[in-house]
Amino acid sequence: MVYVKRIVLDVLKPHQPNALEFSQTIAKVGDNYRVHLIVLEMDENTESVQIEITGNSIDFDAIHSAIKDLGGSLHSIDEVEVQSEVEAE
Amino acid sequence: MLGQINFLLDITRSHDIVRRYFVVNGFDGALTMLGLIIGFIVSESDDLLVIMNVCLGAAIALGMSGLSSAYISESAERKHALGKLEQAMISDLGDSAHGEASRWVPLLIALVNGLAPLVISLLILTPIWLTILGFTLPASPLYLAISIALLLIFLLGVFLGRIAGISWLRSGVQTLAVAVVTAALIYLFAGH
Repeated sequence: MVYVKRIVLDVLKPHQPNALEFSQTIAKVGDNYRVHLIVLEMDENTESVQIEITGNSIDFDAIHSAIKDLGGSLHSIDEVEVQSEVEAE
Repeated sequence: MLGQINFLLDITRSHDIVRRYFVVNGFDGALTMLGLIIGFIVSESDDLLVIMNVCLGAAIALGMSGLSSAYISESAERKHALGKLEQAMISDLGDSAHGEASRWVPLLIALVNGLAPLVISLLILTPIWLTILGFTLPASPLYLAISIALLLIFLLGVFLGRIAGISWLRSGVQTLAVAVVTAALIYLFAGH
């Protein structure tokens, strides 16, 4: 089984919800998610952010869905870290 | 539920608008009832059922007016804001929290705008209603209704004072002064 341990996403989001609420909502998607958000660029209505998520088993689809629900748009997956683990019998 | 409402008001930055509508239309309701009741006192009308029906009619009309006008104007504002945001994001936000907010926030604002004058009016009319139901009150129901109206107007001022971070007493007295001037004008013009 291959688990996603870390992903870095480039996201365009509206100013609201703010960076803190945005990160908190993403962190709530799974257990033990750690979210690190950096605002890269800002204009009148939107901001480009880089979101780094680390966890034991990241559910990318759920994160993508949460980003869309918050009005964000995923531009690219910039970094990925995965790990294969032997499943216990 | 409350958390979701708060979130939707937050992302559309509508907390201020809701608060403003509550105070403005609540003030409208209280002053209208005050004016009507003083008008009845000046005209020496003592049929409480007629007074109640006239005031209730005005309260319902104020409520409906607040509800419909706020819904129409806020819907247009929210659609405009969503369109602008969709242009900036270059994507359809209909299914996002912003889309949901553009559908629900106008309704929430309309409810506050409509219910504020209605509920405040009903509170003011309570002594008249209780007297019609057969309860004996310690004073004239019309003067008690005026007292409740003045108290609610004072409390709206206190609320505004707390928001502005200024003296709540000063703000309360200011709104109360508006009510007293209104009453004086009605006595002056309707009394003759």
